[in-house]
Amino acid sequence: MNLMNLIYAFGLLLFAFVLQTSITGINRKVIARLQRRRGPRWFQQFIDIFKALSKSSTSHGWIFDFGVVMALGGIMATAMFIPIGPLQALPGLDNIFIIAYVLAVGMLGMAMSASGSGNPWASIGVSRALTNMLAYDIPFMVVIFGLIFAYDTSSLSGFAAIQQEGGILGWNIIRFPLGGLVAMISLQGMLGKKPFDSFIAPAEIASGPMVEYGGRHLGMLFLLHEFQTFVEVSLIVHIFFGGGATVLEYVVKYALIYTFMNIVSNILPRFKIDQAVTFFYKVPLALAMIQSLLIIVTGLGVA
Amino acid sequence: MFNIVEDTQKTREDTRKTWEKIADYFRANSIWMKWYCTGCGAMEMPPTMTSRFDMEQLGMGPMATPRQADVLLITGYLSAKTLRRVIYSYEQMQDPKYVIGFGSCTLNGGIYFDSYATMTRLDHYIPVDLYIAGCMPRPEAIMNAFDTLIAMIKKGEAKGWKHYQDNYEWYNANQIHSLKEVRVKDEFHE
Ligand code: SF4
Repeated sequence: MNLMNLIYAFGLLLFAFVLQTSITGINRKVIARLQRRRGPRWFQQFIDIFKALSKSSTSHGWIFDFGVVMALGGIMATAMFIPIGPLQALPGLDNIFIIAYVLAVGMLGMAMSASGSGNPWASIGVSRALTNMLAYDIPFMVVIFGLIFAYDTSSLSGFAAIQQEGGILGWNIIRFPLGGLVAMISLQGMLGKKPFDSFIAPAEIASGPMVEYGGRHLGMLFLLHEFQTFVEVSLIVHIFFGGGATVLEYVVKYALIYTFMNIVSNILPRFKIDQAVTFFYKVPLALAMIQSLLIIVTGLGVA
Repeated sequence: MFNIVEDTQKTREDTRKTWEKIADYFRANSIWMKWYCTGCGAMEMPPTMTSRFDMEQLGMGPMATPRQADVLLITGYLSAKTLRRVIYSYEQMQDPKYVIGFGSCTLNGGIYFDSYATMTRLDHYIPVDLYIAGCMPRPEAIMNAFDTLIAMIKKGEAKGWKHYQDNYEWYNANQIHSLKEVRVKDEFHE
C-alpha cells in the first residue's frame, strides 16, 4: 500500500457518494411516480445533505459528537475496501470478514452516539437496530459460509471473478437461488427498509436513533447512510450478481438492485421488532441452512 | 496599516456573504418541516403532502422532530398550554429556522378572539416569517405560501430567527407575561 492507493481510495469514496446519492434521488422520483406524484428533482438528495451541513447544531456531550465521527469514519473506511467493478483501491483487502468487522465499527459508533444523546426514543431505536442486526446477520452469514466453502475464497473480487467465467448462468443468484433469496431478504434488513424498519419508525418513535440530531450532525448521518447503503448493496452485487467486468456494468446492476429493493419496500407494511426477529430465525435461517447443507453435502450448483 | 485590517475584514465579510448566498440556495430548495397540530389546521396537511398537491416537488418533506426541521408550521389556535410547547419546540430547532402561522387564529385569534384560554397573536411570542390567512387555508393557499417562503429564503428575507436572537428580551418578556414561567432547558442532561 502506498500513497497512490490512498488517493484511489478517496477517489472511490467520492465516486461512491455521487453514485449512491444520485441513485437515492432518482429513487425518490421513482417512488413518487409509484404514488402518482411528480416527486422531487433527481438531485434533491444532494441539496438535502448540503443544506443539513450548512445549518448550526447542538451537541449533547462528547460521546454524542465522537460517536457520529466514529460512525462516519468507520463506514467510510469500510467503503474504501469495496471494489467497483474491476477497480480496487486497496487490492487484496476486499475480504468479507474485514468488511463485516469494519462495518460493525460504524454501527457501534452510531449506537454510542445515539445513546449519548440521552433521549429515550434514541435508546429504543438503538436497541431495535442492534436486535435487527442480530436477526439478519445470522442467516446471511450462514449462506456466505456455504459459498466460502464452495469456492475456497472469501474476497469479493474473487467471488466476482468466479461468477464472471460462467456468464449470467454463473451468477450465484441463479446457481444458489435459495441462498440468493436469503441474501436479498437480509439486504432489505441491512438497508433498514420495510418491513424491517421498525428502528426508524418516524411516526411511532420519532425516527429512533436520529431523534436528537439536527443540522450538521444530521447531515453527517445522511452522508453515513449513503456510504452504508453503498457498502451493503455492493456486497450483494459482488457476491450474488457477478460483480462487474466493467464499471458501467457494475453501476447498472447496482442501480437496478437498489431500485428493486426500494420498490419492494414501498409496497410493504412494517414488522414489529419481535416479528422481524422470529421471521428471520424461521424462514431465512431455515432456507440458509438448507442451502449450505446442499452445497456442503451434495455440491449442487458448485461449478 | 489600518487599510489592510479594514480590507481583510471586508474580504472576510464578502466571503461570508457569498457562503450565505450559496447556503441559502440549498436552504430554499430543501425545507424540512415539523407541523404542530394544535388546531383544525393539520387537516389540510395530508392533501398537501400526498398525490394531489405533492409538496415534495418543492423539495419539502415532513420530519419527525423539531431538531431535524427547518420550518415550524403552527396549524391553528394556541392555548396557554400548547404555546409553551410551541416555544420549547421552536427553541430546539437549529438555525436558520422559519415559522409559518396557519389561519386566522394565529393571526388575530380568529373565532376564539375573546376566549380566556387562547393566545391571540403568535408573533408576540415567536417570530413568524409568514402568515396564511383563512379559516382554514386550502392546500392551494398553503402551496402558495411555500412558494413565497422559498422566494423569501432565496432573497435572504426570512430572517425571523435573527430577529428572535436580537430581540430575545422582548419575546421572553411576552412569553413570561402570558405563561408565568418559561424554562428552556435540555431535559435529558441535568
Ligand atoms: S383559523 Fe379557523 S380552522 Fe384554523 S384553528 Fe382557527 S378556527 Fe380552526
